[in-house]
Amino acid sequence: MGAVFRKELLGYFTSPVGYIFLGVFFAASGFFFYSTALSVGSTDLSQLFIMLYFALLVLVPILTMRSFAEEKKQKTDQCLLTAPVSLGGIVIGKFLSAFVVYIIGISSTLIFALTVSVYAKPDWTVVAGNITGLVLLGASFIALGILVSSLTENQMVAAILSMVLILALYILQIVANYVSVEWIAKALTSIAFSARYQPFTNGLFDLSNVLFFVSATVVFLFLTVRVLEKRRWG
Amino acid sequence: MIEVIELSKHYGDKKAVDGISFKAESGEILGFLGPNGAGKSTTMNILTGYISCTDGKALIDGIDILEDPIKAKEKIGYLPELPPLYMDMTVKEYLCFIYDLKKCKLPRNTHLADICRLVKIENVYHRIIKNLSKGYKQRVGLAQALVGNPPVLILDEPTVGLDPNQIIEIRALIKKLGKNHTVILSSHILSEVQAVCDRIVVINKGKIVADDTASGLSQALTADHRLLVRIDGPKDEVVKLIKSIPGVENVIVNTETEKGVWEYRIEAEEGADIRRELFRRLAQRNWYLLSSRSSELSLEDIFIKLTMGEELSKADKEKLKGSGGDR
Repeated sequence: MGAVFRKELLGYFTSPVGYIFLGVFFAASGFFFYSTALSVGSTDLSQLFIMLYFALLVLVPILTMRSFAEEKKQKTDQCLLTAPVSLGGIVIGKFLSAFVVYIIGISSTLIFALTVSVYAKPDWTVVAGNITGLVLLGASFIALGILVSSLTENQMVAAILSMVLILALYILQIVANYVSVEWIAKALTSIAFSARYQPFTNGLFDLSNVLFFVSATVVFLFLTVRVLEKRRWG
Repeated sequence: MIEVIELSKHYGDKKAVDGISFKAESGEILGFLGPNGAGKSTTMNILTGYISCTDGKALIDGIDILEDPIKAKEKIGYLPELPPLYMDMTVKEYLCFIYDLKKCKLPRNTHLADICRLVKIENVYHRIIKNLSKGYKQRVGLAQALVGNPPVLILDEPTVGLDPNQIIEIRALIKKLGKNHTVILSSHILSEVQAVCDRIVVINKGKIVADDTASGLSQALTADHRLLVRIDGPKDEVVKLIKSIPGVENVIVNTETEKGVWEYRIEAEEGADIRRELFRRLAQRNWYLLSSRSSELSLEDIFIKLTMGEELSKADKEKLKGSGGDR
Protein backbone atom coordinates (compact mmCIF):
# COMPACT_ATOMS: atom_id res chain seq x y z
CA MET A 1 0.00 0.00 0.00
CA GLY A 2 2.76 2.43 0.98
CA ALA A 3 4.68 1.78 -2.23
CA VAL A 4 1.63 2.32 -4.44
CA PHE A 5 0.72 5.47 -2.50
CA ARG A 6 4.18 6.99 -2.91
CA LYS A 7 4.41 6.05 -6.57
CA GLU A 8 1.02 7.54 -7.38
CA LEU A 9 1.68 10.73 -5.44
CA LEU A 10 4.99 11.14 -7.24
CA GLY A 11 3.16 10.41 -10.50
CA TYR A 12 0.75 13.31 -9.93
CA PHE A 13 3.64 15.74 -9.76
CA THR A 14 5.91 14.27 -12.45
CA SER A 15 3.01 14.48 -14.92
CA PRO A 16 0.90 17.58 -15.57
CA VAL A 17 -2.19 16.06 -13.90
CA GLY A 18 -1.45 17.24 -10.36
CA TYR A 19 -0.55 20.74 -11.48
CA ILE A 20 -3.61 21.05 -13.72
CA PHE A 21 -5.87 19.91 -10.90
CA LEU A 22 -4.36 22.28 -8.35
CA GLY A 23 -4.06 25.22 -10.73
CA VAL A 24 -7.59 25.00 -12.05
CA PHE A 25 -9.00 24.34 -8.60
CA PHE A 26 -7.24 27.38 -7.12
CA ALA A 27 -8.42 29.55 -10.00
CA ALA A 28 -12.01 28.32 -9.87
CA SER A 29 -12.34 28.49 -6.09
CA GLY A 30 -10.68 31.92 -6.10
CA PHE A 31 -13.17 33.15 -8.66
CA PHE A 32 -16.13 31.73 -6.73
CA PHE A 33 -14.78 33.32 -3.54
CA TYR A 34 -14.47 36.70 -5.24
CA SER A 35 -17.91 36.59 -6.85
CA THR A 36 -19.89 35.22 -3.90
CA ALA A 37 -18.13 36.89 -0.96
CA LEU A 38 -15.55 39.57 -1.73
CA SER A 39 -17.39 41.48 -4.46
CA VAL A 40 -20.67 41.61 -2.52
CA GLY A 41 -18.99 42.32 0.81
CA SER A 42 -20.34 39.20 2.53
CA THR A 43 -18.61 36.94 5.02
CA ASP A 44 -20.97 34.12 4.20
CA LEU A 45 -18.98 31.36 2.50
CA SER A 46 -21.84 28.90 2.00
CA GLN A 47 -22.43 30.02 -1.62
CA LEU A 48 -18.75 29.36 -2.34
CA PHE A 49 -19.02 25.84 -1.01
CA ILE A 50 -22.17 25.14 -3.03
CA MET A 51 -20.41 26.32 -6.20
CA LEU A 52 -17.42 24.10 -5.44
CA TYR A 53 -19.59 21.04 -6.14
CA PHE A 54 -19.34 21.99 -9.80
CA ALA A 55 -15.61 22.53 -9.63
CA LEU A 56 -15.26 19.02 -8.26
CA LEU A 57 -17.57 17.70 -10.97
CA VAL A 58 -14.98 18.62 -13.59
CA LEU A 59 -11.76 18.30 -11.63
CA VAL A 60 -12.01 15.08 -9.61
CA PRO A 61 -12.47 12.93 -12.75
CA ILE A 62 -9.24 14.44 -14.10
CA LEU A 63 -7.52 13.40 -10.91
CA THR A 64 -8.78 9.81 -11.03
CA MET A 65 -9.11 9.02 -14.74
CA ARG A 66 -5.62 7.56 -15.06
CA SER A 67 -5.66 5.49 -11.93
CA PHE A 68 -6.49 1.99 -13.20
CA ALA A 69 -7.34 2.71 -16.84
CA GLU A 70 -3.76 3.64 -17.69
CA GLU A 71 -2.30 0.69 -15.76
CA LYS A 72 -4.48 -1.64 -17.74
CA LYS A 73 -3.66 -0.02 -21.05
CA GLN A 74 0.11 -0.04 -20.48
CA LYS A 75 -0.14 -3.55 -18.97
CA THR A 76 1.61 -2.28 -15.85
CA ASP A 77 -1.22 -3.79 -13.82
CA GLN A 78 0.60 -7.08 -14.41
CA CYS A 79 3.33 -5.82 -12.17
CA LEU A 80 0.94 -4.66 -9.43
CA LEU A 81 -1.29 -7.72 -9.51
CA THR A 82 1.55 -10.24 -9.46
CA ALA A 83 3.34 -8.51 -6.59
CA PRO A 84 2.85 -9.87 -3.09
CA VAL A 85 0.31 -7.22 -2.06
CA SER A 86 -3.43 -7.41 -1.54
CA LEU A 87 -5.86 -5.86 -4.01
CA GLY A 88 -7.31 -3.79 -1.18
CA GLY A 89 -3.87 -2.36 -0.47
CA ILE A 90 -3.42 -1.32 -4.09
CA VAL A 91 -6.84 0.34 -4.26
CA ILE A 92 -6.40 2.17 -0.95
CA GLY A 93 -2.91 3.33 -1.96
CA LYS A 94 -4.34 4.83 -5.15
CA PHE A 95 -7.24 6.39 -3.29
CA LEU A 96 -5.06 7.98 -0.62
CA SER A 97 -2.65 9.52 -3.11
CA ALA A 98 -5.50 11.21 -5.02
CA PHE A 99 -7.01 12.23 -1.69
CA VAL A 100 -3.80 13.94 -0.59
CA VAL A 101 -3.65 15.97 -3.82
CA TYR A 102 -7.30 16.85 -3.28
CA ILE A 103 -6.67 17.99 0.31
CA ILE A 104 -3.85 20.24 -0.92
CA GLY A 105 -6.35 21.72 -3.37
CA ILE A 106 -9.15 22.43 -0.94
CA SER A 107 -6.78 23.86 1.63
CA SER A 108 -7.26 27.07 -0.37
CA THR A 109 -10.72 27.42 1.18
CA LEU A 110 -9.04 27.80 4.57
CA ILE A 111 -7.15 30.79 3.18
CA PHE A 112 -10.43 32.31 2.01
CA ALA A 113 -11.87 31.93 5.52
CA LEU A 114 -8.78 33.62 6.96
CA THR A 115 -9.10 36.44 4.42
CA VAL A 116 -12.71 37.02 5.45
CA SER A 117 -11.74 36.99 9.11
CA VAL A 118 -9.74 40.18 8.53
CA TYR A 119 -12.99 42.07 7.92
CA ALA A 120 -15.36 40.35 10.27
CA LYS A 121 -15.19 37.43 12.64
CA PRO A 122 -16.55 34.40 10.78
CA ASP A 123 -18.35 31.60 12.57
CA TRP A 124 -15.50 29.13 12.78
CA THR A 125 -17.75 26.15 13.57
CA VAL A 126 -19.64 26.83 10.34
CA VAL A 127 -16.36 27.03 8.42
CA ALA A 128 -15.25 23.75 10.00
CA GLY A 129 -18.56 22.17 8.92
CA ASN A 130 -18.12 23.54 5.40
CA ILE A 131 -14.65 22.13 5.04
CA THR A 132 -15.58 18.76 6.56
CA GLY A 133 -18.39 18.49 4.03
CA LEU A 134 -16.06 19.31 1.16
CA VAL A 135 -13.51 16.73 2.35
CA LEU A 136 -16.17 14.01 2.58
CA LEU A 137 -17.76 14.91 -0.75
CA GLY A 138 -14.39 14.84 -2.46
CA ALA A 139 -13.47 11.49 -0.91
CA SER A 140 -16.63 9.87 -2.26
CA PHE A 141 -16.09 11.39 -5.72
CA ILE A 142 -12.50 10.17 -5.80
CA ALA A 143 -13.62 6.66 -4.85
CA LEU A 144 -16.27 6.81 -7.58
CA GLY A 145 -13.72 8.04 -10.12
CA ILE A 146 -11.33 5.20 -9.26
CA LEU A 147 -14.15 2.68 -9.62
CA VAL A 148 -15.02 4.03 -13.06
CA SER A 149 -11.35 4.05 -14.04
CA SER A 150 -11.07 0.37 -13.14
CA LEU A 151 -13.87 -0.41 -15.59
CA THR A 152 -12.18 0.87 -18.74
CA GLU A 153 -8.81 1.08 -20.49
CA ASN A 154 -9.45 4.55 -21.82
CA GLN A 155 -8.69 7.60 -19.69
CA MET A 156 -11.10 9.85 -21.56
CA VAL A 157 -13.95 7.39 -21.19
CA ALA A 158 -13.18 7.16 -17.48
CA ALA A 159 -13.15 10.95 -17.09
CA ILE A 160 -16.36 11.59 -19.02
CA LEU A 161 -18.23 8.74 -17.37
CA SER A 162 -17.20 9.99 -13.91
CA MET A 163 -18.37 13.50 -14.77
CA VAL A 164 -21.71 12.18 -15.98
CA LEU A 165 -22.18 10.13 -12.81
CA ILE A 166 -21.29 13.02 -10.52
CA LEU A 167 -23.69 15.20 -12.45
CA ALA A 168 -26.37 12.51 -12.13
CA LEU A 169 -25.85 12.41 -8.38
CA TYR A 170 -26.60 16.13 -8.40
CA ILE A 171 -29.58 15.96 -10.75
CA LEU A 172 -31.28 13.32 -8.59
CA GLN A 173 -32.17 16.09 -6.20
CA ILE A 174 -33.83 18.17 -8.93
CA VAL A 175 -35.64 15.13 -10.32
CA ALA A 176 -36.96 14.47 -6.83
CA ASN A 177 -38.75 17.86 -6.89
CA TYR A 178 -40.79 16.78 -9.89
CA VAL A 179 -41.74 13.34 -8.57
CA SER A 180 -45.21 13.42 -7.02
CA VAL A 181 -44.98 10.06 -5.27
CA GLU A 182 -43.65 11.03 -1.89
CA TRP A 183 -41.59 7.98 -0.98
CA ILE A 184 -39.80 7.93 -4.33
CA ALA A 185 -38.98 11.62 -3.99
CA LYS A 186 -37.69 10.97 -0.50
CA ALA A 187 -35.58 8.04 -1.65
CA LEU A 188 -34.08 10.08 -4.49
CA THR A 189 -33.23 12.99 -2.21
CA SER A 190 -31.62 10.70 0.31
CA ILE A 191 -29.16 9.32 -2.26
CA ALA A 192 -28.56 12.64 -4.04
CA PHE A 193 -25.04 13.66 -3.08
CA SER A 194 -25.85 17.35 -3.42
CA ALA A 195 -28.77 17.06 -1.00
CA ARG A 196 -26.47 15.35 1.50
CA TYR A 197 -23.82 18.00 0.95
CA GLN A 198 -25.96 21.14 1.27
CA PRO A 199 -26.50 20.93 5.05
CA PHE A 200 -22.71 21.07 5.46
CA THR A 201 -22.55 24.32 3.46
CA ASN A 202 -24.97 25.85 5.94
CA GLY A 203 -22.78 24.68 8.77
CA LEU A 204 -25.11 21.86 9.80
CA PHE A 205 -23.08 18.92 11.02
CA ASP A 206 -25.40 15.93 10.70
CA LEU A 207 -23.87 12.59 11.64
CA SER A 208 -26.08 10.69 9.18
CA ASN A 209 -24.67 12.76 6.32
CA VAL A 210 -21.13 12.09 7.50
CA LEU A 211 -21.88 8.38 7.59
CA PHE A 212 -23.49 8.58 4.16
CA PHE A 213 -20.35 9.93 2.53
CA VAL A 214 -18.00 7.62 4.44
CA SER A 215 -20.03 4.56 3.50
CA ALA A 216 -20.34 5.70 -0.14
CA THR A 217 -16.55 5.98 -0.28
CA VAL A 218 -16.10 2.54 1.26
CA VAL A 219 -18.65 0.97 -1.09
CA PHE A 220 -17.00 2.45 -4.21
CA LEU A 221 -13.56 1.28 -3.10
CA PHE A 222 -14.91 -2.15 -2.25
CA LEU A 223 -16.52 -2.39 -5.69
CA THR A 224 -13.19 -1.43 -7.26
CA VAL A 225 -11.55 -4.36 -5.49
CA ARG A 226 -14.33 -6.61 -6.78
CA VAL A 227 -13.86 -5.35 -10.34
CA LEU A 228 -10.14 -6.15 -10.20
CA GLU A 229 -10.89 -9.55 -8.74
CA LYS A 230 -13.52 -10.28 -11.34
CA ARG A 231 -11.11 -9.43 -14.12
CA ARG A 232 -8.85 -12.18 -12.80
CA TRP A 233 -11.66 -14.67 -13.00
CA GLY A 234 -12.93 -13.50 -16.38
CA MET B 1 9.48 -26.15 -6.82
CA ILE B 2 6.66 -25.57 -9.29
CA GLU B 3 3.93 -28.08 -9.76
CA VAL B 4 1.06 -27.70 -12.17
CA ILE B 5 -1.75 -30.21 -11.95
CA GLU B 6 -4.47 -30.55 -14.58
CA LEU B 7 -4.57 -26.81 -15.16
CA SER B 8 -7.32 -25.45 -17.40
CA LYS B 9 -8.45 -22.01 -18.44
CA HIS B 10 -11.56 -21.50 -20.52
CA TYR B 11 -12.71 -18.28 -22.12
CA GLY B 12 -16.31 -19.09 -22.91
CA ASP B 13 -16.12 -22.07 -25.24
CA LYS B 14 -12.50 -21.51 -26.08
CA LYS B 15 -10.05 -23.61 -24.11
CA ALA B 16 -6.90 -21.52 -23.85
CA VAL B 17 -5.26 -24.07 -21.57
CA ASP B 18 -6.65 -27.56 -21.48
CA GLY B 19 -5.66 -29.77 -18.56
CA ILE B 20 -1.89 -29.44 -18.56
CA SER B 21 0.38 -30.90 -15.88
CA PHE B 22 4.10 -30.51 -15.43
CA LYS B 23 6.75 -30.02 -12.78
CA ALA B 24 9.84 -27.90 -12.50
CA GLU B 25 12.41 -28.97 -9.97
CA SER B 26 14.51 -26.59 -7.94
CA GLY B 27 17.40 -25.12 -9.96
CA GLU B 28 16.01 -26.24 -13.29
CA ILE B 29 15.52 -24.15 -16.42
CA LEU B 30 12.29 -25.23 -17.98
CA GLY B 31 11.48 -24.16 -21.52
CA PHE B 32 7.97 -23.63 -22.68
CA LEU B 33 7.80 -24.04 -26.42
CA GLY B 34 4.80 -23.33 -28.57
CA PRO B 35 3.48 -21.13 -31.36
CA ASN B 36 1.65 -17.88 -30.68
CA GLY B 37 -1.70 -18.57 -29.08
CA ALA B 38 -0.69 -21.98 -27.76
CA GLY B 39 -1.46 -20.99 -24.17
CA LYS B 40 2.06 -20.18 -22.97
CA SER B 41 1.29 -16.71 -21.70
CA THR B 42 -2.00 -17.83 -20.20
CA THR B 43 -0.25 -20.56 -18.25
CA MET B 44 2.36 -18.10 -17.03
CA ASN B 45 -0.28 -15.58 -16.04
CA ILE B 46 -2.01 -18.26 -14.00
CA LEU B 47 1.25 -19.34 -12.35
CA THR B 48 1.96 -15.77 -11.28
CA GLY B 49 -1.55 -15.14 -10.01
CA TYR B 50 -2.43 -12.50 -12.60
CA ILE B 51 -5.43 -14.48 -13.77
CA SER B 52 -7.17 -17.43 -12.21
CA CYS B 53 -7.59 -20.90 -13.65
CA THR B 54 -10.91 -22.53 -14.46
CA ASP B 55 -9.80 -25.87 -13.13
CA GLY B 56 -6.76 -27.54 -11.62
CA LYS B 57 -4.00 -26.35 -9.36
CA ALA B 58 -0.71 -24.48 -9.50
CA LEU B 59 1.66 -24.92 -6.59
CA ILE B 60 4.69 -22.72 -6.02
CA ASP B 61 6.99 -24.36 -3.50
CA GLY B 62 3.98 -26.27 -2.21
CA ILE B 63 1.80 -23.16 -1.86
CA ASP B 64 -1.38 -22.96 -3.91
CA ILE B 65 -1.42 -19.67 -5.81
CA LEU B 66 -5.18 -19.34 -5.36
CA GLU B 67 -5.27 -20.25 -1.69
CA ASP B 68 -2.42 -18.10 -0.43
CA PRO B 69 -1.62 -15.74 -3.31
CA ILE B 70 0.50 -13.27 -1.34
CA LYS B 71 2.84 -15.92 0.02
CA ALA B 72 3.14 -17.63 -3.34
CA LYS B 73 3.76 -14.35 -5.19
CA GLU B 74 6.62 -13.56 -2.81
CA LYS B 75 8.50 -16.46 -4.34
CA ILE B 76 8.05 -15.40 -7.97
CA GLY B 77 9.75 -12.88 -10.17
CA TYR B 78 7.74 -12.34 -13.34
CA LEU B 79 8.68 -10.77 -16.63
CA PRO B 80 5.50 -10.61 -18.73
CA GLU B 81 5.53 -10.55 -22.52
CA LEU B 82 5.42 -6.75 -22.44
CA PRO B 83 7.64 -5.53 -19.59
CA PRO B 84 5.35 -3.68 -17.13
CA LEU B 85 7.30 -0.43 -17.06
CA TYR B 86 6.15 2.99 -15.94
CA MET B 87 7.44 5.06 -18.83
CA ASP B 88 7.60 8.36 -16.95
CA MET B 89 9.88 7.05 -14.21
CA THR B 90 13.64 6.81 -14.23
CA VAL B 91 15.10 3.32 -13.95
CA LYS B 92 16.11 4.13 -10.39
CA GLU B 93 12.65 5.34 -9.36
CA TYR B 94 11.07 2.32 -10.98
CA LEU B 95 13.30 -0.25 -9.31
CA CYS B 96 12.91 1.49 -5.94
CA PHE B 97 9.14 1.34 -6.40
CA ILE B 98 9.30 -2.38 -7.19
CA TYR B 99 11.57 -2.85 -4.17
CA ASP B 100 8.96 -1.18 -1.94
CA LEU B 101 6.08 -2.97 -3.63
CA LYS B 102 7.61 -6.38 -3.03
CA LYS B 103 8.37 -5.38 0.57
CA CYS B 104 11.93 -6.47 -0.01
CA LYS B 105 14.10 -6.80 3.09
CA LEU B 106 17.55 -6.96 1.49
CA PRO B 107 19.73 -3.83 1.85
CA ARG B 108 18.29 -1.60 -0.84
CA ASN B 109 21.19 0.17 -2.49
CA THR B 110 23.54 -2.79 -2.66
CA HIS B 111 20.76 -5.14 -3.79
CA LEU B 112 19.64 -2.85 -6.62
CA ALA B 113 23.26 -2.17 -7.61
CA ASP B 114 23.89 -5.93 -7.80
CA ILE B 115 20.91 -6.44 -10.07
CA CYS B 116 21.87 -3.54 -12.32
CA ARG B 117 25.36 -4.95 -12.70
CA LEU B 118 23.93 -8.37 -13.50
CA VAL B 119 21.61 -7.17 -16.26
CA LYS B 120 23.97 -4.37 -17.34
CA ILE B 121 21.78 -1.32 -16.92
CA GLU B 122 24.09 0.68 -14.64
CA ASN B 123 24.76 3.26 -17.35
CA VAL B 124 21.04 4.04 -17.82
CA TYR B 125 20.20 3.98 -14.10
CA HIS B 126 19.24 7.65 -13.98
CA ARG B 127 17.49 7.86 -17.34
CA ILE B 128 13.76 7.98 -17.97
CA ILE B 129 12.46 4.59 -19.12
CA LYS B 130 10.46 6.09 -21.99
CA ASN B 131 13.70 7.09 -23.73
CA LEU B 132 15.43 3.71 -23.49
CA SER B 133 15.86 1.32 -26.41
CA LYS B 134 13.83 -1.85 -26.54
CA GLY B 135 16.76 -3.96 -25.43
CA TYR B 136 17.28 -1.82 -22.35
CA LYS B 137 13.57 -1.81 -21.56
CA GLN B 138 13.60 -5.59 -21.70
CA ARG B 139 16.55 -5.65 -19.32
CA VAL B 140 14.87 -3.25 -16.92
CA GLY B 141 11.90 -5.63 -17.03
CA LEU B 142 14.22 -8.48 -16.17
CA ALA B 143 15.77 -6.42 -13.36
CA GLN B 144 12.28 -5.85 -11.99
CA ALA B 145 11.69 -9.60 -11.86
CA LEU B 146 14.97 -10.10 -10.00
CA VAL B 147 14.23 -7.60 -7.23
CA GLY B 148 13.87 -9.42 -3.92
CA ASN B 149 15.85 -12.37 -5.26
CA PRO B 150 12.84 -14.68 -5.67
CA PRO B 151 13.61 -18.41 -5.99
CA VAL B 152 11.36 -18.74 -9.05
CA LEU B 153 11.71 -16.70 -12.23
CA ILE B 154 9.00 -16.77 -14.86
CA LEU B 155 10.04 -15.14 -18.12
CA ASP B 156 7.59 -14.77 -20.97
CA GLU B 157 9.45 -14.61 -24.30
CA PRO B 158 12.40 -12.69 -22.84
CA THR B 159 14.28 -12.35 -26.13
CA VAL B 160 11.53 -11.13 -28.42
CA GLY B 161 12.41 -7.95 -30.23
CA LEU B 162 16.07 -7.92 -29.27
CA ASP B 163 18.93 -7.81 -31.73
CA PRO B 164 21.12 -10.93 -32.12
CA ASN B 165 23.85 -9.67 -29.78
CA GLN B 166 21.36 -8.85 -27.08
CA ILE B 167 19.69 -12.22 -27.52
CA ILE B 168 23.00 -13.97 -26.89
CA GLU B 169 23.62 -11.81 -23.83
CA ILE B 170 20.18 -12.40 -22.35
CA ARG B 171 20.46 -16.14 -22.98
CA ALA B 172 23.80 -16.24 -21.20
CA LEU B 173 22.29 -14.27 -18.35
CA ILE B 174 19.36 -16.66 -18.02
CA LYS B 175 21.75 -19.60 -17.94
CA LYS B 176 23.65 -17.87 -15.17
CA LEU B 177 20.47 -17.19 -13.25
CA GLY B 178 19.41 -20.80 -13.67
CA LYS B 179 22.23 -21.87 -11.35
CA ASN B 180 20.45 -20.55 -8.28
CA HIS B 181 16.90 -19.98 -9.44
CA THR B 182 14.17 -22.12 -10.87
CA VAL B 183 13.45 -20.58 -14.25
CA ILE B 184 10.48 -21.08 -16.53
CA LEU B 185 10.93 -19.47 -19.90
CA SER B 186 8.67 -19.41 -22.89
CA SER B 187 9.61 -19.08 -26.50
CA HIS B 188 8.44 -19.97 -29.94
CA ILE B 189 11.95 -20.64 -31.18
CA LEU B 190 13.16 -24.23 -30.86
CA SER B 191 16.86 -23.41 -31.03
CA GLU B 192 16.45 -20.92 -28.21
CA VAL B 193 14.95 -23.33 -25.71
CA GLN B 194 17.42 -25.97 -26.83
CA ALA B 195 20.29 -23.61 -26.13
CA VAL B 196 19.12 -22.48 -22.72
CA CYS B 197 16.86 -25.04 -21.11
CA ASP B 198 17.45 -28.28 -19.25
CA ARG B 199 13.99 -29.50 -19.95
CA ILE B 200 11.44 -28.58 -22.61
CA VAL B 201 7.68 -28.70 -22.47
CA VAL B 202 6.07 -28.35 -25.88
CA ILE B 203 2.58 -26.97 -25.86
CA ASN B 204 0.10 -26.57 -28.69
CA LYS B 205 -3.53 -25.51 -28.64
CA GLY B 206 -3.57 -25.57 -24.85
CA LYS B 207 -2.23 -29.10 -24.57
CA ILE B 208 1.18 -30.52 -23.80
CA VAL B 209 2.55 -32.47 -26.76
CA ALA B 210 5.95 -33.30 -25.30
CA ASP B 211 7.81 -33.02 -22.03
CA ASP B 212 11.42 -34.14 -22.25
CA THR B 213 15.02 -33.13 -21.63
CA ALA B 214 16.55 -30.90 -24.27
CA SER B 215 18.80 -33.66 -25.59
CA GLY B 216 16.01 -36.21 -25.58
CA LEU B 217 13.81 -33.94 -27.55
CA SER B 218 16.44 -32.94 -30.07
CA GLN B 219 17.16 -36.59 -30.79
CA ALA B 220 13.53 -37.09 -31.58
CA LEU B 221 13.60 -34.01 -33.74
CA THR B 222 16.79 -34.34 -35.73
CA ALA B 223 16.37 -33.39 -39.30
CA ASP B 224 19.54 -34.73 -40.89
CA HIS B 225 17.54 -36.12 -43.74
CA ARG B 226 16.72 -32.57 -44.82
CA LEU B 227 19.75 -30.71 -46.00
CA LEU B 228 20.45 -27.24 -47.22
CA VAL B 229 23.67 -27.32 -49.26
CA ARG B 230 25.65 -24.91 -51.39
CA ILE B 231 27.56 -26.43 -54.26
CA ASP B 232 29.91 -24.86 -56.77
CA GLY B 233 29.16 -26.70 -59.98
CA PRO B 234 26.88 -26.85 -63.06
CA LYS B 235 23.30 -26.71 -61.75
CA ASP B 236 21.51 -29.30 -63.86
CA GLU B 237 24.22 -31.91 -63.58
CA VAL B 238 24.49 -31.41 -59.83
CA VAL B 239 20.75 -32.02 -59.49
CA LYS B 240 21.08 -35.20 -61.51
CA LEU B 241 23.98 -36.33 -59.36
CA ILE B 242 22.15 -35.68 -56.10
CA LYS B 243 19.08 -37.50 -57.31
CA SER B 244 21.19 -40.55 -58.07
CA ILE B 245 22.18 -40.90 -54.40
CA PRO B 246 20.14 -43.71 -52.85
CA GLY B 247 17.55 -42.38 -50.38
CA VAL B 248 17.13 -38.95 -51.93
CA GLU B 249 13.49 -38.18 -52.55
CA ASN B 250 13.52 -34.65 -53.85
CA VAL B 251 15.89 -31.84 -54.78
CA ILE B 252 14.85 -28.22 -55.04
CA VAL B 253 17.14 -25.55 -56.45
CA ASN B 254 16.83 -22.44 -54.35
CA THR B 255 18.89 -19.50 -55.55
CA GLU B 256 22.24 -18.65 -56.97
CA THR B 257 24.11 -17.31 -53.93
CA GLU B 258 27.37 -16.49 -55.69
CA LYS B 259 28.37 -16.73 -59.30
CA GLY B 260 28.16 -20.41 -60.21
CA VAL B 261 27.17 -21.42 -56.68
CA TRP B 262 23.66 -22.66 -56.12
CA GLU B 263 21.78 -23.55 -53.00
CA TYR B 264 19.87 -26.82 -53.01
CA ARG B 265 17.31 -28.19 -50.65
CA ILE B 266 17.56 -31.96 -50.44
CA GLU B 267 14.93 -34.16 -48.93
CA ALA B 268 15.85 -37.73 -48.23
CA GLU B 269 13.91 -40.58 -46.69
CA GLU B 270 13.53 -40.29 -42.95
CA GLY B 271 16.46 -41.83 -41.17
CA ALA B 272 18.68 -41.74 -44.24
CA ASP B 273 21.90 -39.80 -43.73
CA ILE B 274 23.24 -38.87 -47.15
CA ARG B 275 25.87 -36.31 -46.13
CA ARG B 276 28.94 -38.54 -46.54
CA GLU B 277 27.78 -40.04 -49.79
CA LEU B 278 27.03 -36.58 -51.17
CA PHE B 279 30.50 -35.33 -50.29
CA ARG B 280 32.20 -38.37 -51.82
CA ARG B 281 30.33 -38.09 -55.11
CA LEU B 282 30.87 -34.36 -55.44
CA ALA B 283 34.58 -34.83 -54.74
CA GLN B 284 34.80 -37.41 -57.51
CA ARG B 285 33.48 -34.86 -60.01
CA ASN B 286 35.66 -32.04 -58.63
CA TRP B 287 32.68 -29.92 -57.60
CA TYR B 288 32.95 -28.07 -54.35
CA LEU B 289 30.67 -28.45 -51.38
CA LEU B 290 30.75 -24.97 -49.85
CA SER B 291 28.31 -25.42 -47.00
CA SER B 292 25.93 -28.00 -45.70
CA ARG B 293 23.46 -27.79 -42.85
CA SER B 294 20.37 -29.58 -41.69
CA SER B 295 17.38 -27.44 -42.43
CA GLU B 296 15.73 -26.50 -39.14
CA LEU B 297 12.41 -27.95 -38.30
CA SER B 298 9.68 -25.39 -38.22
CA LEU B 299 7.33 -25.43 -35.27
CA GLU B 300 4.68 -26.89 -37.52
CA ASP B 301 6.98 -29.80 -38.39
CA ILE B 302 7.69 -30.35 -34.72
CA PHE B 303 4.03 -30.53 -33.84
CA ILE B 304 3.27 -32.79 -36.75
CA LYS B 305 6.14 -35.04 -35.68
CA LEU B 306 5.28 -35.03 -32.00
CA THR B 307 1.54 -35.33 -32.36
CA MET B 308 1.82 -37.97 -35.07
CA GLY B 309 3.79 -40.12 -32.68
CA GLU B 310 1.13 -39.64 -30.08
CA GLU B 311 -1.70 -40.48 -32.41
CA LEU B 312 0.10 -43.57 -33.65
CA SER B 313 0.55 -44.86 -30.14
CA LYS B 314 -3.07 -44.07 -29.43
CA ALA B 315 -4.08 -46.03 -32.52
CA ASP B 316 -1.85 -48.89 -31.38
CA LYS B 317 -3.50 -48.90 -28.00
CA GLU B 318 -6.91 -48.95 -29.55
CA LYS B 319 -5.87 -51.81 -31.78
CA LEU B 320 -4.68 -53.71 -28.74
CA LYS B 321 -7.91 -52.98 -26.97
CA GLY B 322 -9.88 -54.12 -29.98
CA SER B 323 -7.97 -57.36 -30.26
CA GLY B 324 -8.37 -57.87 -26.53
CA GLY B 325 -12.13 -57.53 -26.93
CA ASP B 326 -12.16 -60.13 -29.68
CA ARG B 327 -10.69 -62.77 -27.50
